[in-house]
Amino acid sequence: MNVRIDTTAPTRRALSRPDPWCAATLLLGVLALAFPLGAATDEAAAIGWLDRPGSLVALLALLGGAGLGLARQAGVVRGLGPAGYGFVLLAATALAMATALDVVHDLGAAATRGFWLVVLASWLIAWRAVDGVAAFSVRDLRVQRAVDTVVPAVFGLTLLFLWEVLTVGFGVPQVLLPAPSMIGERIASSTGTLWADFEQTFLKAVLSGYVMGCTAGLMVAVLVDRVAFLKRGLLPLGNLVSALPIVGIAPIMVMWFGFDWQSKAAVVVVMTFFPMLVNTVAGLGAADAQQRELMRSYAAGYWQTLVMLRLPSAMPFVFNALKINSTLALIGAIVAEFFGTPTVGMGFRISTEVGRMNVDMVWAEIAMAALAGSAFYGAVALVERAVTFWHPSFRQRR
Amino acid sequence: MTTDAQVTPAPADAAQRGRLRAGLDRAVQGRALPIATVSLAIVLLWYALAVWLNADLQINRFERADQSWTFGELVLATWAQDRPMLPAPHQIVAELNKTVFQTGITSVRSLVYHSWVTLSSTLAGFAIGTLLGILLAVGIVHARALEKSLLPWIISSQTVPILAIAPMIVVVLGAIGLNGLIPKAVISMYLCFFPVAIGMVKGLRAPDPLQMDLMRTYSASRWQTFWMLRWPSSLPFLFASLKVAIAISLVGAIVAELPTGAQAGLGARMLAGSYYGQTIQIWSALVAASVLAASLVGVVALGERWAHRRMGAQP
Repeated sequence: MNVRIDTTAPTRRALSRPDPWCAATLLLGVLALAFPLGAATDEAAAIGWLDRPGSLVALLALLGGAGLGLARQAGVVRGLGPAGYGFVLLAATALAMATALDVVHDLGAAATRGFWLVVLASWLIAWRAVDGVAAFSVRDLRVQRAVDTVVPAVFGLTLLFLWEVLTVGFGVPQVLLPAPSMIGERIASSTGTLWADFEQTFLKAVLSGYVMGCTAGLMVAVLVDRVAFLKRGLLPLGNLVSALPIVGIAPIMVMWFGFDWQSKAAVVVVMTFFPMLVNTVAGLGAADAQQRELMRSYAAGYWQTLVMLRLPSAMPFVFNALKINSTLALIGAIVAEFFGTPTVGMGFRISTEVGRMNVDMVWAEIAMAALAGSAFYGAVALVERAVTFWHPSFRQRR
Repeated sequence: MTTDAQVTPAPADAAQRGRLRAGLDRAVQGRALPIATVSLAIVLLWYALAVWLNADLQINRFERADQSWTFGELVLATWAQDRPMLPAPHQIVAELNKTVFQTGITSVRSLVYHSWVTLSSTLAGFAIGTLLGILLAVGIVHARALEKSLLPWIISSQTVPILAIAPMIVVVLGAIGLNGLIPKAVISMYLCFFPVAIGMVKGLRAPDPLQMDLMRTYSASRWQTFWMLRWPSSLPFLFASLKVAIAISLVGAIVAELPTGAQAGLGARMLAGSYYGQTIQIWSALVAASVLAASLVGVVALGERWAHRRMGAQP
């Protein structure tokens, strides 16, 4: 019995064992009703559920969602698939979380057991919802892709929600961990500074260093590929160097190229060079023998073969290096700023604002760095999809 | 080949000549000679670069001392400066010799001491990160919802330049009473869980459907399938990831020492060197870090070979 694999298991199990997530939510929700939402203070009585009809509605939505799940399993409700049920739960979760945010901002640290039980319940139901939506599967690839992005988005939003609710509800000191809403406010109020830092670190140092390092790596790889002796000597060394802590050259580069962005770009050049070299050399060997023989039978010369066959077939490897380098470049530039900068730049801002205990500003910089890093990576991935559309990994699955 | 030679022994000098030629062939065809050549070229280039970069400073110094100089003197002087732009390799070797062998290993001037400080947080972060990565991978392989919700975030977690967050992690953890090794280990962990998680997801999915079906016909439980099929077939992937992870973990530990004014560790050594313009000190710390990285990767490679042999792979 217990060998049965995923696809059939839920329907069989459904008859015997109730959905644990739904059952737990139901239990927690009912339990929450027994407690007040907010604790009594000197000037006010405890805040009960009837004082906040909105939260009562949200709680009932959660309970309804969980109850629906159990009813589905018992066969009382038919015609609602796992994915459809997931979407129903998502709606209930959204309502519950929005209400919880509203409540926690009013009550602050006064929120008590009743409230936390609801938060726990909505977390459980969010998980159950994600579980349901993840089962969604249709023929239409575009719809499928859209739904597939819903799942991680819900996961991320749930994390943000928990972060916000926990920091506000438990009154976590801002120096330790500011709430996301505070970070958001800080981003909105200091766009000028953030943009200046972004321009200095990303547009000047990272991009120029990235372009130079990757181009140099590519060109040296083509050169090395031509000379077998050089290839055998340089490649193991290149592999070794990619395992070394290259960021360590940052202080030296700052000494050589000064405090401004040039030294950061130099660090980025060195960091991005070796992954590009090693990957491209591997990629240039990727064209198979038959293809090369075909080129030879066409009487194609070295350069023609290189441009028309070997470079295109090396592209998956080149893009692999480009993607690795996109994250390395940002790290290199920011770390190099710890060793001396003009008074602008993301690394500079982070290290000075930490010293001043302006942690929300630090988080704002981090959010921007994360955004820039993800966008950079995403852009490279998009170009990859356009250039290497022929590669098996991009063929439509199923 | 060798058995043939034993059966029909050739005349001694002919055999020797044959062996010599084979050795020469192997040297040209193999890796040793090319690597040696390239390394030698790098060292020569380094010396030349040292002359070129340090010359301005040295000429200035000569002129200030009203000293006439020849080119030979200039070259020698650029290789023996106190705080050169680029120290010559032998200066770095001398500094390494002084700080590694001539100094007691408990002294704060000893590179062994600093390396140990960095190594300990590297290993702690590596251990926790590997464990976390494996656990995540196991979860992802067994629960579809986890795969769909968690995997995109694991990937995008690495586009966050964690090294930029390092100072804050150190400060925040310091505020709740965690100092010294733990914040650095946390940063190493964050960097090195990623390759392990990604590699293990691939590795735990490596068994082909036929093998999975076989386990099913044996009526194996999930647990048994995991231990007897999935885990062993993921080991090659695990070790490939571990090599990346340990190198990156060292980077994390070094960088974590930079922004916090850490008192000890290779990163602190580099930072101190950069404050006081002690280039030789920076370079020797860099070399020590590189040696450390190479030997850590080497140890993992040894472990890999041992595990493969234990599993009956052909050597």
